[in-house]
Amino acid sequence: MNQDIEARKQELLKEGYEEVYTRTKVLTDAVMHYCPGCGHGTTHRLIAEVIDEMGIQDNVVGVSPVGCSVLAYNYFDVDFQEAAHGRAPAVATAIKRLNPDTYVFTYQGDGDLAAIGTAETIHAANRGENMTMIFVNNGIYGMTGGQMAPTTLVGMRSATTPYGRRVDLNGYPLRMTELLATLPGTYYVTRQSVQNPAAVRKAKAAIRKAFENQKLKKGLSFVEILSNCNSGWKMTPVAANKWMEDNMMPNYPIGDIKVDGKIAEGIDANRLVVDHPLTVMQ
Amino acid sequence: MARELQLMKGNEAIARAMIASGCDGYFGYPITPQSEVMETLMAEKPWETTGMTVLQAESEVASINMVYGGAATGKKVATSSSSPGISLMQEGLTYLAGAEIPCLVVNVMRGGPGLGTIQPSQSDYFQSTKGGGHGDYQLYTLAPASVQEMYDFVFEAWDIAFKYRNPVLILSDGAIGQCMEKLYTRDYIPRWTEEERRAKAPWGTWGKPATRPHNIITSLELDSARQEVFNLKLQAKYAEMKEKEVRYETLNCEDAEYIIVAYGSSSRIAMKAMQMAREKGIKVGLFRLITLFPFPTKQLAEVAKHVKGILCVEMSAGQMIEDVKLATQCGVKTEHFGRFGGIIPTPGEVLEALENKIIK
Repeated sequence: MNQDIEARKQELLKEGYEEVYTRTKVLTDAVMHYCPGCGHGTTHRLIAEVIDEMGIQDNVVGVSPVGCSVLAYNYFDVDFQEAAHGRAPAVATAIKRLNPDTYVFTYQGDGDLAAIGTAETIHAANRGENMTMIFVNNGIYGMTGGQMAPTTLVGMRSATTPYGRRVDLNGYPLRMTELLATLPGTYYVTRQSVQNPAAVRKAKAAIRKAFENQKLKKGLSFVEILSNCNSGWKMTPVAANKWMEDNMMPNYPIGDIKVDGKIAEGIDANRLVVDHPLTVMQ
Repeated sequence: MARELQLMKGNEAIARAMIASGCDGYFGYPITPQSEVMETLMAEKPWETTGMTVLQAESEVASINMVYGGAATGKKVATSSSSPGISLMQEGLTYLAGAEIPCLVVNVMRGGPGLGTIQPSQSDYFQSTKGGGHGDYQLYTLAPASVQEMYDFVFEAWDIAFKYRNPVLILSDGAIGQCMEKLYTRDYIPRWTEEERRAKAPWGTWGKPATRPHNIITSLELDSARQEVFNLKLQAKYAEMKEKEVRYETLNCEDAEYIIVAYGSSSRIAMKAMQMAREKGIKVGLFRLITLFPFPTKQLAEVAKHVKGILCVEMSAGQMIEDVKLATQCGVKTEHFGRFGGIIPTPGEVLEALENKIIK
């Protein structure tokens, strides 16, 4: 930790201040490159807190993708591998198979996980790899400048759908999380978000569960985190979060889809396999 | 398994050598003519004996990335495939080289281009020794010419891979992969213990103890100045390989007026052609490449000083010949003879080519 900050903290503690909230030691001092207001920073912190609280910092290997979070390895103070675009689930599969007692997690965006890495994602899930996959979905390719992703909503504008995504041209938004929930290899499948404190608390509990599940050796734990991409969407962070709630969430409903290997309470199983009426942006 | 004489297929030898040399994991995908590698591993169930992991991946793209993940934890990890599958692996290979991850990849070559044929070929020389994937990198490339060498080179690959933190490629072909020959097995080498793994791979992602900074396996460097420094480091490593790790074999080169340069299956055919030539009174020698990278440039140049001509024999349209000509600075008459598309040349054809292209 930055020595000046640490010294100042010690001074304040001596003066009688009480520490009620602090950074986690599982994040490094590196300054994150993420855009202010983006969900990546929050999601990183939640994962780091879970690793810290579980006391497993010395026994975790993370795998970062290609995309906005390619440099995740600079921010987590744990051993890390950077995978080729879309290949994180294959990379993580072997890490876990060869090191079954190590906690292994992947961290991927929607372009990485749901487009170029679709095969690796589905097969890792279908094999029931005993690891945790974190999937940050912002409906866009952020790093390369806001192009259409598989998750881009119908009607949503992007650098490669300047007049909005068209079903006849680009097909439908891919709901990878629902798709994975239908596979017997997945043990825990959930979709969360981090746009307000209540959502953050729920997302952290989901990430914690997804890591704890590795002890059970029952299969894949998959956590989708909906995030804004305020730069890519060309909105302020606050407006982007509102837009996410109004447009992303109807297409990507928040909540557990599969818990402890069973379809979650309140989930209509038909929703997972039957054509879903899409909310088209006006 | 102590040293004993066995009859074995080349592909089976690869699999058995992996188990016997303490390999921790194999990830592969079926493709002819190398599927016996994974079939043997699955039948042997090494996870019940040595603890080796064997997994059939969903594609060659996945299997090479599984190699990346597993090998980056400091374990001995391998894959195998044949030409079209190796093409799919090129992305993974350049990442492995760029992240300096030791591992073993076996290519049992078949004819191309495209889906080509399932019969033997040697047309992946360029892909193997001139990059294959993007960026400036090299694979340490061994070319076995017998089932015995298929077996032995697996053992030897680990030492080179970990010494240089670089992928090692065993470049074989369908003929050696599929043929059965006798071989002497080697003493079984146990898989590394946890302590050995940490000592051999202090850079590995095996879980960060409080005593060291986190280990990062990546091939990304956004700062060009640092990326150049890294590239120079890689080049220094390859230069050291060229200096210290060149392997080749000469036969009857001392008095030779002509030499044949070949590797793998072609070198076996060339050996027979050499014998036939000698019986006719033509002084022919054989220069067999064992490492294709590093290429025995100096050694070949030395031998070439005393000969009138060189015939390059390769089951390709003529790839290795470029390195031969570079080695001799085109100072000697050099011609290529090859059959391709899965056709294996006969010794008679090689001798005829020598007589027609070089001696006449």
